[in-house]
Amino acid sequence: MTMTDTAPPARPEIRFEHVSKTFGRVGATDLFRAVDDLNLEIGSGELVAILGKTGCGKSTMFNMIAGLLEPSAGKVEVSGHDPFAQFNWFRGKIAIVFQNDRLLPWRTAIENVAFGLEMLDVPKAERMASAQAWLTKLGLGGHENDYPHALSGGMRQRVSIARAFATNANILLCDEPFSALDEMTGNRLREEFARLVRENGKTAVFITHSINEALQIGDRIVVLRRPAKIAYDTRLGRDADHGAKEDIRARIQAVLAE
Amino acid sequence: MSERTLDGTSPPTPIIDGAWRVVRALAPFIFLGAAWQVASLFFPAFLFPSLVAVFWRCLDILEQWSQFVDVLYTVGRILAGLAGAFIIGAVLALMMARSKLVDGFLSPILTFFQGIPALSWVVFAIIWFHGVEFRIFFIMVLTTLPAFTFQIVSALRAMSKDLVEMVMSFRPSRVQMFRTLILPSILPEILTAWKVNLGNASRVVVVAELVGATGGVGYQLLQQQQIFDMAGALAWTLQLVFFVLIVQYILTLIENFAFRYRAISERSL
Ligand SMILES: Nc1ncnc2c1ncn2[C@@H]1O[C@H](COP(=O)(O)OP(=O)(O)O)[C@@H](O)[C@H]1O
Ligand SMILES: [Mg+2]
Repeated sequence: MTMTDTAPPARPEIRFEHVSKTFGRVGATDLFRAVDDLNLEIGSGELVAILGKTGCGKSTMFNMIAGLLEPSAGKVEVSGHDPFAQFNWFRGKIAIVFQNDRLLPWRTAIENVAFGLEMLDVPKAERMASAQAWLTKLGLGGHENDYPHALSGGMRQRVSIARAFATNANILLCDEPFSALDEMTGNRLREEFARLVRENGKTAVFITHSINEALQIGDRIVVLRRPAKIAYDTRLGRDADHGAKEDIRARIQAVLAE
Repeated sequence: MSERTLDGTSPPTPIIDGAWRVVRALAPFIFLGAAWQVASLFFPAFLFPSLVAVFWRCLDILEQWSQFVDVLYTVGRILAGLAGAFIIGAVLALMMARSKLVDGFLSPILTFFQGIPALSWVVFAIIWFHGVEFRIFFIMVLTTLPAFTFQIVSALRAMSKDLVEMVMSFRPSRVQMFRTLILPSILPEILTAWKVNLGNASRVVVVAELVGATGGVGYQLLQQQQIFDMAGALAWTLQLVFFVLIVQYILTLIENFAFRYRAISERSL
């Protein structure tokens, strides 16, 4: 059953058109289907939470948007271009926050934040100033010259968020970035993250396996079933009240239980 | 001040601590020297000369330019050979890490080369080439190339896939990729490879100098053998050992600087 409460967005920034992804697996003759005939449109400026149980193909879908995986069938389009075939066209246009922080251990916090800008050949003084500003915004003033090993898990993930924002890319992709953090740190970072996305007018795709996280972050929640295909798609008003959210929670739980 | 040192004892004052470190560093050499010196009391000088005599011979070599030049020659040959093997090895390793086909082709060849004794390369070099320096360079490169290549390949393979993906997501150029990720990732293994190969090269070089060199430590050793001068043989040998120790020390300093980003556990293994 597919339920859709939403009209398609005016100008889709990200578009999946009948996309499937299969993997050959060692010791098996048939192909494993991770994404199955997925259709999805994400509009410019939307903050979409993609929700699904582990193993339902969220990361696979994510990696196709990021241009790291090629669809087996169908078409993925981001900003009107093919993220896999036109990989380099997206230079400076997509920024990613991974599940683990993936900081370069030989770079200090500020050098890690400046990394994306360095890849874009931004002059040193300029990129360090920008990195400094983002570190401060994420509450890491005073830790500029610390190496990653000297930072806590939450601080490291803040650095990696600063790194993603610093490039000023319009599209932000996040694959369960807070799932490894403790609840309090995760909650605080989620709120800051959602605020920064909205303030900076980003289009953001946020992968999660937690209903709470999806409700806390998303303007829109897309629920995937396994293999990845839309099971439920809904928009929350920015000012959705508690009752409305509980309503949506109940429906999501019903869909996930199927 | 209840910090604990690596062995779990409480730290003594800095001066005693420093002195203790020096003693610990020197202890093995003092032991070797003492054993030799004791042997020199019981055996004739042409078998086990006194360390005093050896010491003066060493000083002699260091003081007299005509002799010290031989040390520099040998050092130059070691470094040239290692540099050559490193550059060729790095190129081969990059190709092998990029392509299974190249790896499947080159690995057996390099393994084959690894089995060839240094002395065989000496014979081949003498038959194939004329120039003494080129012969030595050829021998040095071929004897150290396989190890260098394999070490760099394994360092490239061990690179974090997570970090590769992270860097790729920023769409870097090849040069950027190499400078910001590949080089810093494999640097620890490269320095280790240099340390290991340095030891190998210093042992091979004296053999390589048998191709007709009229200078160098290997040549001098041959002279000492002909006049049966044990003190001289030992003094020339020590020149090479000192050189290896000095370069190892420099490499360690580089490591300490380059890897200052690493976390240090307060517990030892
Ligand atoms: N490279 C791959 N090769 C084979 N199977 C894969 C590969 N990547 C993912 N899969 C399979 O695809 C399914 C979806 O994986 P993934 O997208 O990582 O799920 P999620 O991120 O939702 O937890 C899983 O069953 C996983 O085992
Ligand atoms: Mg995943």
